[in-house]
Amino acid sequence: MSKTKEKYQLPEIKETPSRFRNTIGKYTIKRNSKCISCGKCVELCPFGVHIMPENHASPFRPIEHKCIGFDCKKTDHYCIEQCPEDALTLKDNALLDTMGDYRWTSEMLLGHFAMAETGKAPHVNLEYNLGNSGGGFDKMRFVEPNLSLAIEISDEDIDTSIELNKTGDERSRKTISIPCYGGGMSYGSTALSVIVGRARAAKRLNSLTCTGEGGYPPQFLPYKEHVITQVATGLFGVREETIQHCPIIEFKYAQGAKPGLGGHLMGEKVTESVAKMRETVVGSSLFSPFPFHSVYSIEDHKKHVDWMKEINHNVLCSIKVSTPTDVDMVAIGVYFAGAHIIHIDGSYGGTGAAPDIAKKNIAMPIEYAIPKVHNFLVDEGVRDKITLIASGGIRNGLDVAKAIALGADGCVIGTADLVAVECVRCGNCESGRGCARGIASTDPELGQMVEEEYVEQRLVNMYMAWRKQWCDILRTYGLKSIKDLRGRSDLLVHLDYLDEEEQKKYQPAPSYKVVL
Amino acid sequence: MPKKYNIHTKAAPPRFYPVGKYGIIEDRENCAGSCKECVKKKCVYDIFKENYLHMSEMEEPEYLYTCNSCFRCIQECTKGIFSRVINPEYREIGDEYWTPDVLNRTWYQAHTGSIPVSGAGYRGPFVGKGFDSMWTDMSEIVRPTRDGIHGREYINTSIELSRRPERLAFNDDGSLAVEVKPIFDIPLPILFQQPDFGVLSKNVLISMLKAAQTIGTKLFIPACDVNDEIMSFASCIIPLVTKDNFKSYSSLLNNVDVVEIEYESGVEKVFESIKAINEKLVISVGLNLSSDVDYATIGVELSKANVDTIHVYADKHGREFDSEKPRFIKDMLRDIHLALIDAGTRQQINIIASGGICMAEHVNKAIICGADGVTIDRSLLIAMECRLCDRCKDGLACPVEFETIDANYGSNRIVNLMGAWRNQMLEMLGAMGLREARRLRGEVGRSMWFEDLEKENFAPIFGERKVAIDVG
Repeated sequence: MSKTKEKYQLPEIKETPSRFRNTIGKYTIKRNSKCISCGKCVELCPFGVHIMPENHASPFRPIEHKCIGFDCKKTDHYCIEQCPEDALTLKDNALLDTMGDYRWTSEMLLGHFAMAETGKAPHVNLEYNLGNSGGGFDKMRFVEPNLSLAIEISDEDIDTSIELNKTGDERSRKTISIPCYGGGMSYGSTALSVIVGRARAAKRLNSLTCTGEGGYPPQFLPYKEHVITQVATGLFGVREETIQHCPIIEFKYAQGAKPGLGGHLMGEKVTESVAKMRETVVGSSLFSPFPFHSVYSIEDHKKHVDWMKEINHNVLCSIKVSTPTDVDMVAIGVYFAGAHIIHIDGSYGGTGAAPDIAKKNIAMPIEYAIPKVHNFLVDEGVRDKITLIASGGIRNGLDVAKAIALGADGCVIGTADLVAVECVRCGNCESGRGCARGIASTDPELGQMVEEEYVEQRLVNMYMAWRKQWCDILRTYGLKSIKDLRGRSDLLVHLDYLDEEEQKKYQPAPSYKVVL
Repeated sequence: MPKKYNIHTKAAPPRFYPVGKYGIIEDRENCAGSCKECVKKKCVYDIFKENYLHMSEMEEPEYLYTCNSCFRCIQECTKGIFSRVINPEYREIGDEYWTPDVLNRTWYQAHTGSIPVSGAGYRGPFVGKGFDSMWTDMSEIVRPTRDGIHGREYINTSIELSRRPERLAFNDDGSLAVEVKPIFDIPLPILFQQPDFGVLSKNVLISMLKAAQTIGTKLFIPACDVNDEIMSFASCIIPLVTKDNFKSYSSLLNNVDVVEIEYESGVEKVFESIKAINEKLVISVGLNLSSDVDYATIGVELSKANVDTIHVYADKHGREFDSEKPRFIKDMLRDIHLALIDAGTRQQINIIASGGICMAEHVNKAIICGADGVTIDRSLLIAMECRLCDRCKDGLACPVEFETIDANYGSNRIVNLMGAWRNQMLEMLGAMGLREARRLRGEVGRSMWFEDLEKENFAPIFGERKVAIDVG
């Protein structure tokens, strides 16, 4: 494995507030009519909850998501008690009951909003690393560290890059500077400004994003070194030139959220421009077939890979598969067919539209598939010749680190990117005019709600916040490169595999009932 | 090739507002009053317009099942006067197993006939109990999937209810040396069962029967409840009798294809007399999965007698009867299925499972565990908007006025639900690469079980598991 240290010029973090007028906080803080606009609260609050610009007679409504709530009681700036008129009230925000679910809890959503806004860990006490799912990543913890191993090293000196071509062939030895790249989101399922914003962020982060199965809009061209062209079963928008543009092509054999089923773009989303890009008919639902009807064996698959390598002599091939019982066999077959990257997509991954029955039941969660594939590739002696990428249910920076410790080289992120641009995961991406928050919609009105610059900066901020988490973990265990974390499953514990005394050393898994 | 089976659905909107999940709270005192940016006018889903109309008609409008949870009114109101709660009534409907979510999805499918589809990833716990502790397989690259859902490949969902000979044998002249009875099959591995509660008015039962007739399945119903009207659907009913009373229903038994006789010891002695009434009758034996009996052994004994189908019953949550620590139907089915395989009789007979089947995925999962098919009962009522409120059990009025339901409407809703369920079955079967529901029976190799996945993938990393796995 290459140990060359790469000095990474971190992209600039810039505060990028919410697009919405009223932010959602863990607490609500209300100011009633007893307020005499004395400005005391404005003076007190170091977090900027209370604001009264000059020339304003009274303070603005409190900016609730910045409030640290009852923790503030212990400080000397607790506005509730110091308000001379008792005009302020603080409560837990009951709205959170209606937000989030077992996998993405409300606090995880708010935590990611905050990271995308500030580029730092949230200052409010939010549980953004653990979901409430009661298994998998939510039950895994990094082992209690041996403090003598910890090293002092700055974030800039820690290497978080990963290599995407380990085969040793003549093609480019591409590296990306963070162990994550963007999952496929197609032109059509997602607003143009969002996907282009992702490409801009990928460029700044020296990472990648992926076209999804919707063609290659010309807006991607300035960032083409950072855009993967996806070839999926419908072959929508796949042309010779889009394969020539890209550094990596991704064959999507299956998607974790709907394994065994083809892609699915509802008629309402097939607008004129989408139809043009995909060379189809406006308003007519687009079902991608399943599987690739030209591939029924590893030999057929090799033929696919060879075609693409022939069309573009420097392109790397990534093979995206889901997680069936024999995912390990699929992975080895993919390796011998000449792929550079095997990308396994677990069953709890995101999607723009999939039958609920498929999301819940078909194929195994990624937490099982990573060690299964990693260990099999090790046993076959090819682990260091192929890059293993995991996705599907990787929600936050800690999940990425855990996936790497289980054996992946890196991760593909989709949902978290959208949460960074204020997706609340309401799940209505596919219905009617599409996403009401303007993210997963090409509607002439809704599709204009998001600005490219905003997407770019929010993503840069979120990944920079994640990077800080990775650096903290690496330092703790005396590692200088995230490559050294790969397969270090000895650094992980699972709460269900510890006896009671041992368990007490670790943060318990969140466990509360959610009304679904 | 036989005609391709298909269930035709037609939208059947609810007669009553379904119990919605969210209620919007509006702090009107703080409303600016004349705001030109009012979020109520901008709602993407137009729910406030509906709200307004409800109010003018003095209906009960507070909880709107149309809120799609986008948070825009909450986040965009210039005065920030909106908030949201979970409808307390939504929390109350159903129970731990028949959750509000199950009810809502069933209503949706009965309304539209469509598969529930949504964006974003799965929202539930990592693993659950019972059927939620297993995943089904899919085929990748080398094992082709089947594209059943869009009709490009036909996936057969039919199952048999009749007994099969163990093997064929031939005389020297090539003629058959064993008796081969006609195959009796139904096109869908789902049968109906008369629910054990609810306002079972005439129209409610006729709705179920009409639906059974439309899609070609059958309804299990106590013989004593069969009246003249129900007799007009004779080809769709399976009367339930006992070994002591079947003789008094001989005219009924002459008009039906299948009969079910309740299990009690010595039941096999009356099979001959039943066949004497109607020799074509397919005989099913109904067996309660109670901890008091050794159901696997009984199953083996029955399979050796001249029975066609064993119909096993768990309780409404799919659990064993009469047990302090009840087992779940998936494990009980597995026991019976494997016992029959050991006895060499599994291929001859069929197993139908009842209890705890409340979602389409449960049909496939029960079949993987060893059943041939399943029955549903409460889902039939829920399709017709039942809220499982149990008011009828106390003699109170039904909130969705079951007594006034029109049988065509009711059967339309049930047919829609079955259409949606079948399509979901096809999704799963297609993903597994199967073209026959019968091929799925006992195919645990096409499934992944929580305890196995933990052992195979986590035990080598984390060592011995200290928290016992409870998937019962």
